[in-house]
Amino acid sequence: MKNNRRSFIKLAGIAAAGLGIAPRAMAAAMGGSAPIKDDPKGITAKQWAMVIDTTKLNTAKDIEKLAKVCHTVHNVPSIEGKQEVKWLWPDIYEHSFTEQENPHLPDAVTRRQYALLCNHCENPPCVRVCPTKATYKRPDGIVDMDYHRCIGCRYCMAGCPYGSRSFNWGEPRDHLDLDALNKEYPTRMRGVVEKCNFCVERLAVGKLPACVEASNGAIHFGDLNDPNSEIRAVLRERFTIRRKPSAGTEPSVYYII
Amino acid sequence: MLEIALKGSKRYYGWIAFLLVLIGIGSMAWLDQLINGLKITGMGRDVSWGFYISQFTYLVGLAASGVMIVLPNYFHGYKPNKHMVIFGEFMAIAACIMCLLFIVVDIGQPTRMLNVILHATPNSILFWDMIVLNGYLGLNLLVGWVCLQADRARLPHPKWLKPFIYTSIIWAFSIHTVTAFLYQGLPGRHYWLTAILAARFLASAFCSGPAILLLVMMITEKFTTFKMPKKAVSTLVKIIMYAMCVNMFFFSLEVFTAFYSNMPGHMHPLVYLFAGYHGHTELVGLMWTFIGLAAVSITLLVTPKFRNNFKLLPWTLGILVIATWIDKGLGLLIGGFNPTPFHTITPYWPTAKELLVSMMVYAIGALVVTILFKIATEVKEELGQAQAMPCGCSTEDECDCTPECGCTDQCTCKEA
Ligand code: SF4
Ligand code: SF4
Repeated sequence: MKNNRRSFIKLAGIAAAGLGIAPRAMAAAMGGSAPIKDDPKGITAKQWAMVIDTTKLNTAKDIEKLAKVCHTVHNVPSIEGKQEVKWLWPDIYEHSFTEQENPHLPDAVTRRQYALLCNHCENPPCVRVCPTKATYKRPDGIVDMDYHRCIGCRYCMAGCPYGSRSFNWGEPRDHLDLDALNKEYPTRMRGVVEKCNFCVERLAVGKLPACVEASNGAIHFGDLNDPNSEIRAVLRERFTIRRKPSAGTEPSVYYII
Repeated sequence: MLEIALKGSKRYYGWIAFLLVLIGIGSMAWLDQLINGLKITGMGRDVSWGFYISQFTYLVGLAASGVMIVLPNYFHGYKPNKHMVIFGEFMAIAACIMCLLFIVVDIGQPTRMLNVILHATPNSILFWDMIVLNGYLGLNLLVGWVCLQADRARLPHPKWLKPFIYTSIIWAFSIHTVTAFLYQGLPGRHYWLTAILAARFLASAFCSGPAILLLVMMITEKFTTFKMPKKAVSTLVKIIMYAMCVNMFFFSLEVFTAFYSNMPGHMHPLVYLFAGYHGHTELVGLMWTFIGLAAVSITLLVTPKFRNNFKLLPWTLGILVIATWIDKGLGLLIGGFNPTPFHTITPYWPTAKELLVSMMVYAIGALVVTILFKIATEVKEELGQAQAMPCGCSTEDECDCTPECGCTDQCTCKEA
């Protein structure tokens, strides 16, 4: 009982930190003395995880479509070149699974493109190195960003072994269609880091991550700690690999090969 | 004592004005960065730290190196160094200030800088780096200033200062160790993920730092009456020699580990730096220049004839500084980010604006050094310590040559 309450308060606090950027939540947090209430429709887990079926989702075109959905939902600016910002993107096998290469892989595997994103590692080095807790791990396993806390030191980018993070080198709003913004999610300011957040803001209101929803069943999403969850069933049945297992980060994104 | 810094020759004011102009020009570029963000730099998603952080890393070595003068003096009672101690400490102050400034110019949201303290996060090495750097700055300010003030009043150094001095000696090792830990603990960055990195940092600091200090002191000698005791110089040069040998030895350990083990992750950064990878050879020339210059400087340092040649010494030191700077100020950082996590190469080169901002920081450092060294040399002059004699020796050398003998390094001064 007590435990429950404590974890509720903790969750609420973290939700406030994570969603504090949403103006409505902000107003609620500052206006009244009552803590922010969780949306009853919200879905929760002990450790959210994703299984990407690369037999179904494997062309640059399809992955870019999902990326577009993700980037639109989160107001991710489109910038060309090495200062780009991206949350979800396609890449080839050789770049995605650098330690699991061999020269005689089946054509099917090497021809595919793989959807890459933040792995929401169970043991995330980006959280370990962040000097301000701007990057933090939520109780549901999601590694989230507090854009207002971030000082832009980019230590997390050096720490992430997967190249999953982007930095706003310039003003991101210059690269957004300001008339087509998603008002439900904040835009960022320059000088802060960002990355995929497993759509925490959608989970909180009972929706699945945008890319999962748009994937036509090629991406499974669920609670890794629940033996009865759909993704555990998938993981039991299909052979999966994760990126860079040697880094010891325990990625929560699995790939069906 | 600060008033000493206000009186000076035309040349002194000219130099200060020159530095202020440099600072002014650089701060324009910084203003541009503040307004437009770090997009004015050559950094990007793959190489997310650049020239600023590498200069910071290199200068931490300079800050730490002061201990190579302080330590023999206090731990071994090695007194020929005693008139150099204050300069080591003052150099450390300037280096710490430059380090902190390089961090400030590197972060994306400098106004939130205090979050590192307000939301202290001890699991982040950056937090500890901030502590050790500021601590070292404070210690050196305290020790340097109090000692110099006591000297000036012709009083013995106060007893209560001793614990601070000893702490600062140990602290000097910590600042470079912690800075190495900043890099060392990152999975997936193979060039940094090595237990010997902190040791490499210290070795390179203890050769490059004193070398820079000696060079700056030689310039100081040109403009003041201060003269380094010959014995102190040759001791320091020996320290530099050993540290440089150890530095290159450690480097060769890395090469051995990588290539004998044949581990791809460990080999690739070295291959990129020294041979090129995926058709990218941006750094190959520079890295071999580093090896070449390191070899030359070691040859000059280990050969007594060359080492004791005071005419050659500035060149030797200059070569060493360039070599270590390429290694630690450039190769270390770029080799850490390349190959990227995707096994690709993203070349990095600082932009002109990035260099201008860096120039600003260096000019501020030079300004601090100028002012502090001015004060220190004037006090030494007042006291008649370590002053140049007409024959070219220092008063501390106990030389027996006559003013007319015009002896240079072949002079027959009997060494104390
Ligand atoms: S993939 Fe990178 S950014 Fe994402 S949680 Fe793991 S270490 Fe952090
Ligand atoms: S850039 Fe921001 S999120 Fe990343 S480590 Fe620094 S403060 Fe944390």
